[in-house]
Amino acid sequence: MPNLPRALRALWLRVRGMFGSGRVGGDFATEVESHLAMDIEDGVRAGLSREEARRQALIRLGGLEQVKIAQRERRGLPVVEALGRDVAYGVRTLRKNPGFAIVSILVIAIGIGANAALFTVVRSVLLRPLPFADPDRLVMMYGHNPDDPDSRNVVAAGDFYEWQKASQGFEQMAIWRWSGYNLSGEKNELPEMVSAAYGSWNIFTTLGVQPILGRSFTAEDDRSGANRTVILDWSLFKRRFNSDPTIVGKAIRLNSQTYTVVGVLPSGFTYPDAEVQLWTPYRLEENPQNIESHFNHMGHVVARLRPGVSIEQATEEASGVQHQLFLRYNNAGPVVKAVSSQPLVNDVVGEVKKPLYVLMGAVGCLLLIACLNLSNLLVARAAARRKEIAIRTALGSSRARLCREQLTESLLICVAGGAVGLVLAVWATRWLTTRWVDMPRAEAVHPDGVVVAFAVGITLVTGIFSGLLPAISATSSSVLSALQDASRAIDGSLARATLRKTLLTAEIALTVVLLVCAGLLFKSFLRLRSVELGCRTDNVLTMKFFLRRPKYEKTGRIAAFHTEFLEKVRGLPGVEAAGLTNVVPGDGYYGDTPIEFPEHPPLPPGVHQFAIYRTADPGYFAAMGIPLIKGRVFTEDMRLTNDKYIVINQQFAREFFSNEEPIGKHVKVRWESDPGDSYEVIGVVGDTLYELNRPVKSMVWFPILSGNPVESVDVMLIVHAHADPAGLALPIQKLIAQMDPDLPVSRVLTMEQIVGESTANSSFSATLVLAFAGLSLLLAAVGLYGVLSYLVTQRTTEIGIRIALGARRGQLLQLVILDGLRPALLGLMLGIAGSVAATQLIRSVLYATRPLDAVVFVSVIATLLLVATIACLVPAWRAARVDPIQALRAE
Amino acid sequence: MGNKADVWQGTLALMVLKTLETMGPLHGYGIARRIEQTSGDLLSLNYGTLYPALLKLEQEGYIKSSWGASENNRRAKYYELTKAGRTQVKKEAADWEQTTAILARFLSPAEEA
Repeated sequence: MPNLPRALRALWLRVRGMFGSGRVGGDFATEVESHLAMDIEDGVRAGLSREEARRQALIRLGGLEQVKIAQRERRGLPVVEALGRDVAYGVRTLRKNPGFAIVSILVIAIGIGANAALFTVVRSVLLRPLPFADPDRLVMMYGHNPDDPDSRNVVAAGDFYEWQKASQGFEQMAIWRWSGYNLSGEKNELPEMVSAAYGSWNIFTTLGVQPILGRSFTAEDDRSGANRTVILDWSLFKRRFNSDPTIVGKAIRLNSQTYTVVGVLPSGFTYPDAEVQLWTPYRLEENPQNIESHFNHMGHVVARLRPGVSIEQATEEASGVQHQLFLRYNNAGPVVKAVSSQPLVNDVVGEVKKPLYVLMGAVGCLLLIACLNLSNLLVARAAARRKEIAIRTALGSSRARLCREQLTESLLICVAGGAVGLVLAVWATRWLTTRWVDMPRAEAVHPDGVVVAFAVGITLVTGIFSGLLPAISATSSSVLSALQDASRAIDGSLARATLRKTLLTAEIALTVVLLVCAGLLFKSFLRLRSVELGCRTDNVLTMKFFLRRPKYEKTGRIAAFHTEFLEKVRGLPGVEAAGLTNVVPGDGYYGDTPIEFPEHPPLPPGVHQFAIYRTADPGYFAAMGIPLIKGRVFTEDMRLTNDKYIVINQQFAREFFSNEEPIGKHVKVRWESDPGDSYEVIGVVGDTLYELNRPVKSMVWFPILSGNPVESVDVMLIVHAHADPAGLALPIQKLIAQMDPDLPVSRVLTMEQIVGESTANSSFSATLVLAFAGLSLLLAAVGLYGVLSYLVTQRTTEIGIRIALGARRGQLLQLVILDGLRPALLGLMLGIAGSVAATQLIRSVLYATRPLDAVVFVSVIATLLLVATIACLVPAWRAARVDPIQALRAE
Repeated sequence: MGNKADVWQGTLALMVLKTLETMGPLHGYGIARRIEQTSGDLLSLNYGTLYPALLKLEQEGYIKSSWGASENNRRAKYYELTKAGRTQVKKEAADWEQTTAILARFLSPAEEA
């Protein structure tokens, strides 16, 4: 009958018994003595001889020593005691050699820390399910071009509504678009530009999220001309409205229009990203033409699969619907052919997946190298203690016991390393998430129990992995040979040297793989960094704002604002030039427009042509340093209705006017009116990149001074300053506040920052992998040095004899260096072979760099050989300086 | 000696407790002999196993020990029940009686019919 308090009392007494202070069971020898005496007396009384009585008593007792052992085990906790003894022994041996202990612990700490940190990030960002109901059933749907298997395009609202109507495989399907609002101050707060999204009324029910205050949108909210409603994100609710629940039902002003707050989203909700701070209904905000359109692809579609329906089935079905739409409408405008989809979590995680896995692989390699290194060091130490182990074996220590001791030692190092590593990991995780620009779900990244369990797990695996090999090798040789090779034998230690060389070869091979990958990533980053955007990037400041309706509705008002604003900015001291556009080079794709060429033969039906859409004022190209190749740029009088002029880039001229003079030709653009407007090409300017790592695309600029209330209200000011432009930010913002106190400004950045943003992550991961590779190289060098020093010490006698017999020191130097370089060369070859495979895996994160880049491979080989030779030189030099008399006398 | 039963796991403790309840304070050898006698010499008790069992009971607080003089004026350690031990022996005895009674019904079901 188990009785917990009693069992605990017994346990407590046994714990005390371990330290000899248990009151119970002392004097056991006396007790057994008296037991035996009584038994013997009884036997004698029954007529046995004294010897026979004693013999039988002992048999009945079951052996004196055995009983004593059983008693002792019951008194304390034998398992714990043995462990304690091993640990004490391990600590003692480590303390005898603190340098070794500290270096090993640090190496393991870095390995485990880096792994735990990366695991934390990977788990939180990639593996943890999204904080929605049944997240496995949520998928993201895209327009798909069957010719390009990876194509995932945004969706035209008209298509979306057709899918929603016809599709059976989905429980719900919702559409949303990015947006942004000027949020006005109600009580003297500054106006603010907030990122937002507008979504169909069922967006939150599709995701399975309930507002924490108020209600979701209803179908009634989601139509053109409905009462304006808005749902706030938790962070905006907390920050701007002081978490005041009475805000629900009240009105706020967005773009100078009144919206009623109907709900507040819970704090964990950060879809599509943490920057989106409020939601409005889709049809209320969307231009009515776009709602019906199959040509304007701008929506993101998220859908919830019906239980039991596979993502393939449901996508297939939607794709069928889309194909019908394609056949019906494609002659009139661009319609996508098919539908593709992927789990929502993949869409959220996006591009961060590959680099994270590359980093994870790198830190895994690092830990493996650290393990091999520790293993190597332990083998060396075991060799030094060979005689001690042999003597203990001779005295009756079991092999298991000796192995356990060795393992305890490596486990001790790893546990200490793991503890330091865990602290390191907490810090590194925070650092990683803040340094990584735009990491999705960054707010969810934090170490938790699973991470600690992971760290403990890899600590134990590391300890066992690095301790097992030395333990087995140290205890395997026969006692006799160890005791015998006290004197001149060299071969006894050769087996161990071979083991060390094998470990070293593996270590070097792994290092080479890491170095090659790091080299490729770094080269790719340098390539990316040195890409020419095609425009000025120094001393340029940018600033974004939107002129919103109804205040800015008339073309005259908008164009007048632009002109007045530019004039004032150009008048500021320090301003060299200024211009307006919608998007600067390197800041993204933004949008394109379908174009037609009235002077060209008509295209076959269903084929469509596009160019990236931009706006500019007359001064933009000069201010931005985009060279004029041909013709002219806009002039001040190309404004308002006199706006049928465009400027194109060289790529546009190459693509659409390959054998003709583009200037004076016409390009037809269909805006919302069907016949469309014809624009005259007046100039060709140099190519600029819309994104650093993407190819040049055809681009077309429209005059921003047209004052068009759709296209020219989306404004990016660029200012070219004499010197550092940062000081201009405040005066310009003040200017804007004077002209319109209700107009918020955002993205106040220099061009260098914009470019930096897009290279930051590749620079970051390249630098990290390079750091890991450098560390591995250092570890490999230390390992090489250690093995060689050991070999030289082992062979001192032999070397002494060689010198005595007339070997020249140069020969000896050569001998030792070659001995050390052999494992290095073998490792190098294996590593190169491994790299060829590994580089294929990282191919997709490389930019303009071939996986088998000769420069990288050659420099890795050279670096490794150099480091290996240096590591070999010191022991070799020592070997060459051996004094033969000393060496021979040392025996 | 061939057909003596071994002591079942877990029953030794109850035998010790019951012996001490019946006999009052007793040393280890006495307990061992008493158990053998009570079983009608049907049990083969390895005396050595008795001592860890005694120690366990003492750690659990069911018995306590003190040094005293044996019949032959030899120093011996005497064990006696504590208050908790007295309660425990009743409880365990009752449990065992119930168990054996149930088993008995299975082994001779004829009486039921």
